[in-house]
Amino acid sequence: MNFDDTPQEAEFRAIARAWIGANAPKQYEEDLRKSSLGRTALKNADILDVAKAWQKKKADAGWACLHWPKEYGGRGSSPIERVIWQQEEGPFGQLSRMFIIGHGMCGPTMMAFAREEHKRTYLPPLASGEKVWCQLFSEPAGGSDLAGLRTRAEKDGDDWVINGQKIWTSGAHYSDYGILLTRTDPTVPKHKGLTMFFLDMKSPGVEVRPIKQASGASDFNEVYFTNVRIPDHQRLGEVGDGWNVSLTTLMNERSAIGAAVSTGFPELFEYCSSLMLDDGPAIEDRAVRSKLANWAVKASGLKYTSMRAISALSRGERPGPENSIGKLVAGSMIQDVATYALDLQGAAGVVSGEDAELAGRFQAMLLRAPGTRVEGGTDEIMRNIIAERVLGLPGDIRVDKDVPFNKIPTKGR
Amino acid sequence: MNFDFSDDQKQLRDQARKFLAEKCSPKAVRVVLDGKAPYDKELWKGLAEMGFLGVAIPEDFGGAGAGHLELCVIAEEMGRANAPVPFSSTVYLAAEALLIAGSAAQKKKWLPAIASGDAIGTLALFEGKGNPAPKNVKLAAANGVLNGVKKPVADGTIADFAVVAARTGSSGRDSDISLFLVDLKAGGVEVKSLTNLDPTRGQAEIIFKDCKAEPLGAAGEGWSILTQVLDRAAVLCAFEQVGGSDRALEMGRDYALDRIAFGRQIGSFQAVKHMLADMYVSATLARSNSYYGAWALSTNAAELPEAAAAARISATQAFQHCAKNNIQVHGGMGFTWEFDCHMYYRRANAMALGLGSLSYWEDQLIDRMRKKNAA
Repeated sequence: MNFDDTPQEAEFRAIARAWIGANAPKQYEEDLRKSSLGRTALKNADILDVAKAWQKKKADAGWACLHWPKEYGGRGSSPIERVIWQQEEGPFGQLSRMFIIGHGMCGPTMMAFAREEHKRTYLPPLASGEKVWCQLFSEPAGGSDLAGLRTRAEKDGDDWVINGQKIWTSGAHYSDYGILLTRTDPTVPKHKGLTMFFLDMKSPGVEVRPIKQASGASDFNEVYFTNVRIPDHQRLGEVGDGWNVSLTTLMNERSAIGAAVSTGFPELFEYCSSLMLDDGPAIEDRAVRSKLANWAVKASGLKYTSMRAISALSRGERPGPENSIGKLVAGSMIQDVATYALDLQGAAGVVSGEDAELAGRFQAMLLRAPGTRVEGGTDEIMRNIIAERVLGLPGDIRVDKDVPFNKIPTKGR
Repeated sequence: MNFDFSDDQKQLRDQARKFLAEKCSPKAVRVVLDGKAPYDKELWKGLAEMGFLGVAIPEDFGGAGAGHLELCVIAEEMGRANAPVPFSSTVYLAAEALLIAGSAAQKKKWLPAIASGDAIGTLALFEGKGNPAPKNVKLAAANGVLNGVKKPVADGTIADFAVVAARTGSSGRDSDISLFLVDLKAGGVEVKSLTNLDPTRGQAEIIFKDCKAEPLGAAGEGWSILTQVLDRAAVLCAFEQVGGSDRALEMGRDYALDRIAFGRQIGSFQAVKHMLADMYVSATLARSNSYYGAWALSTNAAELPEAAAAARISATQAFQHCAKNNIQVHGGMGFTWEFDCHMYYRRANAMALGLGSLSYWEDQLIDRMRKKNAA
């Protein structure tokens, strides 16, 4: 057991640190350091522009998508190197959130299922941030029950014609491409009639409508498809094999190892260290300390769980469903942390935005947090995954499993 | 960076698990639980023969000289088996105190005896209610003799010697406290057995009356030594708690697969699945925090105090959480004496108090984090 860098790791760290020191957009460091879940805003700049510029700079110097192969615009680095990079990149790493869907999910799915010529055409500009990708999966009728989706794809000559609607699509409003899961055969059970494609988001018939969230921000969208044509060569995997293709995507989503999960704890600890309560400093209050300690061990537990996973990865082991715990624990923790930070503010906690304590940092966190517990699989789905795949408990009873999709009831009584 | 035990250490863990599965079945634990023996003497002997008691004791003093990472993997198995032996008192507390502060003669006298299973040791710190704090030490030491009462003392009824915290000053500072070594078989010591939450581990009241004692470590250094001993023991106990958590989770999982109600395995109901998933989550967080503690312990890193407190809190919570929900999964059967669930529930709750309670360690953690942030 060893936390120190090996000589090679130390060398990699030194090179990365020097390059970041010389190239990172330092004028935004303070803003990025103070941002937290629910609020990553830059003064006097559009975050997408800044993110794209930083990503391009990294790509030109060979620092983009460290885990991807070089021929597709990555660096072919080891998992440990990826962690070292993240440690060194620090707050500037927040900028890559704009590309997380593309780099973490769409890219790996393309690598696994696209034709070689498409990989060479589409992956490098994705890695460099010049093109942004989104993932068109969830629908009003299919969120946790993803295989219940209804967007139709029908063959017409060499094309497929798409009609339907997606929802909760992160970043669709600034995306150039997307991967799209559709139903190509409604007469077979739901998991068997799906097919995956990728498409140009500027295709005629694609309409993106941002959704205003509970927080007031708009990170997600509804996307409507009206007779959108996709050439057959943009199909990913076999016709009817879309479910398996999507599992690859989701596996990558949930095993995005090393991606530091936000828990809200560092923010709360920092806040309590300076906050004065009626009876003195918050950090000296018995009740506050007990709360902090409980969250501290969750935050450190997650950190070291991910380090254990990275160690397993470096030995060539595949990460398992164990990683589901990161999102499960962090999601409700950040919600509780935000609630508690506002409790400490008393009546003033109700004020949000720039007029609020710390410019509304915890208020923004509170309003964004419910989304964290739902996106990428709800808490309940995460618990099912752990119970079924780690502990080997029986799967939920699925009454629609062997029923043709078009015979499944769609409404309750 | 490599954040895992080595293959050799994992092999040692497998070896310990196999040994304990054979020599420390729930049936064997019940002999002590039912009060038919104060501890499992044969198991204790076996542990000595396997080299487990002295695994972190240097070869010069009769140990295996392996190290603390090796001790951590054995600790995990001791917890998994719910072993009814004075392992933590002797190996984590008494031996560590000797290793940190003992004179050459003291080490030579006691460490080989610990490694060979010939001597059981303990730490006599508490005096009734309250957590570890210099002000709670009232037992007085003067002119080489001790006068006062310690309680509860883990394994006090079977221990051959004790490390005793005593008051040697009245300045109100930590330096008022000094440590002493006491041969409990000599005169001036009266031991009373106390009933307690976990009968597989004895607790005692020890009355010292003009009892002869030799200093352990320098006068006035007692509190600083004790803090180090408690931090080390916190990490080692955390591994026992992690082992116990995993076992309680396994028991719950197995029962959920076995038991049929409403025409289905109860493990197919989400309410039960999710309860077990949450047990897995807390056990995993505890394991990860404990690994960090193990690293800090084995390298004597500056991070040890903070890492030890985090491991202690996380593992205490996980063991309590898993042990209580294991009973819940079992329903009424879990509440019977006949099923083993209560043994882990008892152990989890007794262990939660033994080195100072959860709220004490929460306080310690925040103090230590503040200190680090200020540095």
